[in-house]
Amino acid sequence: MTENAYKPGSYPDLPPPPGTVGVYGWIKNNLFSSISNTLLTIISAILLYYLIDGIIGWFLFDAVYDAESKIECRKIDSGACWAVITKRVGQFVYGFYPEAERWRIDISFLTMFIAFAPLLYPDIPKRKWLLWFSLVYPFLAYILIMGGYFGLQKIEYSLFGGFMLTVILGVSGIVCSLPIGILLALGRQSNLTVVRTISICFIEFMRGVPLITLLFVASSMLNYFMPPGTNFSILVRVIIMFTFFSAAYIAEVIRGGIQAIPKGQYEAADALGMSYWQKTRFITLPQALKISIPGIMNTFIGLYKDTTLVVVIGLLDPLGIGRAALADTKWNGLSTETYLFVALFFFVSCFAMSRYSLWLENKLNTDQK
Amino acid sequence: MSNNIVIAAVVAGAVGLGAGYALFSGQAPKTVEKETVTSAPAGAGTLDEVRARGKLNCIINTGLAGFAAPDDKGNWTGFDVDFCKAVAAAVLGDATKVNYTTATGKTRFTKLAAGEGEVLSRNTTWTFSRDVDLAQTFIGVNYYDGQGFMVPKSLGVKSAKGLDGASVCIQTGTTTELNLAEFFAGNNMKYNPVPIETNAEAQELYKSGRCDVYTTDASGLYATLMSFDNKDDHMVLPEVVSKEPLGPVVRHGDDQWADIVSWVLRAMMAAEEKGITSANVKELAAKDNKDKEINRLLGKDPLQGISKLGLSPDWAVNVISQVGNYAESFERNLYPLTIQRGLNALSKDGGLHYIPPIK
Repeated sequence: MTENAYKPGSYPDLPPPPGTVGVYGWIKNNLFSSISNTLLTIISAILLYYLIDGIIGWFLFDAVYDAESKIECRKIDSGACWAVITKRVGQFVYGFYPEAERWRIDISFLTMFIAFAPLLYPDIPKRKWLLWFSLVYPFLAYILIMGGYFGLQKIEYSLFGGFMLTVILGVSGIVCSLPIGILLALGRQSNLTVVRTISICFIEFMRGVPLITLLFVASSMLNYFMPPGTNFSILVRVIIMFTFFSAAYIAEVIRGGIQAIPKGQYEAADALGMSYWQKTRFITLPQALKISIPGIMNTFIGLYKDTTLVVVIGLLDPLGIGRAALADTKWNGLSTETYLFVALFFFVSCFAMSRYSLWLENKLNTDQK
Repeated sequence: MSNNIVIAAVVAGAVGLGAGYALFSGQAPKTVEKETVTSAPAGAGTLDEVRARGKLNCIINTGLAGFAAPDDKGNWTGFDVDFCKAVAAAVLGDATKVNYTTATGKTRFTKLAAGEGEVLSRNTTWTFSRDVDLAQTFIGVNYYDGQGFMVPKSLGVKSAKGLDGASVCIQTGTTTELNLAEFFAGNNMKYNPVPIETNAEAQELYKSGRCDVYTTDASGLYATLMSFDNKDDHMVLPEVVSKEPLGPVVRHGDDQWADIVSWVLRAMMAAEEKGITSANVKELAAKDNKDKEINRLLGKDPLQGISKLGLSPDWAVNVISQVGNYAESFERNLYPLTIQRGLNALSKDGGLHYIPPIK
């Protein structure tokens, strides 16, 4: 017999019996393993068919992509009237920014990725050079977007709106709030009483007040507190409020990270004779920030979505642009399409952020869990 | 240790109080100074500011069908927007020279007070406290609104008096809530309030049949009705149960500017009364009309005092040729919502708009 030709323990694995692996095996085991399961499968399949058929039909096949008004849409087909989006996509993206100047937004947006690359991906080639660009980028973007320098036309902030406004508010808030949050977290742990008290007061005040209240303060009260003659644009005021608000939350997230580090780490650092800043930079923060990544990302995503609240002070973010579109008598009543489109935008950006944070967590994973 | 904290907290508190006091006490006279700057004396204020800037800053709604909404190209259109354009045409000679700043119901007055706009044209109801307490000037009424009721025709109700026992969708925290309670109590009827937060939510609840009646300003009801796919199944009841005179607003303190804005509104209405439209205004302005009021309005005959307003003699020609008269603006923006003139007709047609003579 051939079986005897193998040495003990080196007998090759036989293929599994037919019908137990592969697509066929999976279907047989999971969908049709018994009579009741078979019945359930068939019923679910029928239900799914009707559901998906209706949804897909409404979304895609029966939908109208080009029409002049809702009435025209309804005449063409019975599905979604995406014409309200396609006709106004420029408004959704750029708000009321003049059409001839929109290239400035495009350039700012695309270069933003170059500026962020060295910060987000440490392994990128030529990182040192790119970091210089990251430093210059905020000024570059400010000049490009606001205008008023180098012969660029000055653009009023009241023309800002749409996704561009969300990205400006969200990104500035996120970028500014992380360093402030770290300082606040360190301040709260500090042995210096004044620093600690100020940090605690700031954090507790910002966390204790609803964001909407802060936005109202930004839109109406700050004018009274500023010395006469200073004219901060509402955009800057709102960014400051968003930054402070999320910095307070970031501070608490990072404090959690700092407190999770075993005491032995500090003691070892002290034993090596490290100064406070050396200890913070080389021992505390790298570990604390790594632990806090999910919490930080949570706060960032929250901040990003909270930018829709600016609609209460009259800035037209994508939701505001959508509502304004619905106030046009031509498109009145297409709320489902409009809100779905805005939801899709927010989902895509928030999902991207969440995936990045997962990637970063895996990259920094040192298998110490 | 705990002693240290207490002492530190006390010190920090004292420092904070001191800093706060210094800030506020130092701020008080500055605020007054700022007030006098923004509400400068007549003749040297708003008009010069607008002319120097070359653009009018106008505060409008974030989106209300018929009154203010951006079209597909991003240009704001609507009844309130037309008024901004008219003021710009009168003051700057060009109706397109307007910066629109959007405001919600809550932020509109602070934006006006903070100088973010010279005119607030945002379907604002004229009330005593808004006029007096908030230190602003209502320069007239450009739209008489009032609270109405919308019902499905299947309910079989022909008058609001027949709504006893109905469930009513009502926005909380608005004057409409109070009006509703007063109307039902006054007619010895009961109702079942379904409180909601936003207009959009109300429409959904009404469409799903959660409430029998939807009540808000009549103009809003017509706009809602337009958004329905089956609008023939619903009707707006004839009763109007509250007074909502809507009009443009300016800040207190610059009488010249208030005069300009209010006479722009009256010029649009006077133009309708005299049959001057955007189509024939150039022709009428060129010839000597029998009706001397037309001549005075269009700058053919001298209108005493026009130089005191700081306007050029052809101000009204600019307004009417670029924006149109009151009726044209009304028809362009509100007829698509099936809103009739009703109270908003001129007095000679049985409405409430009675225009002082242009003399």
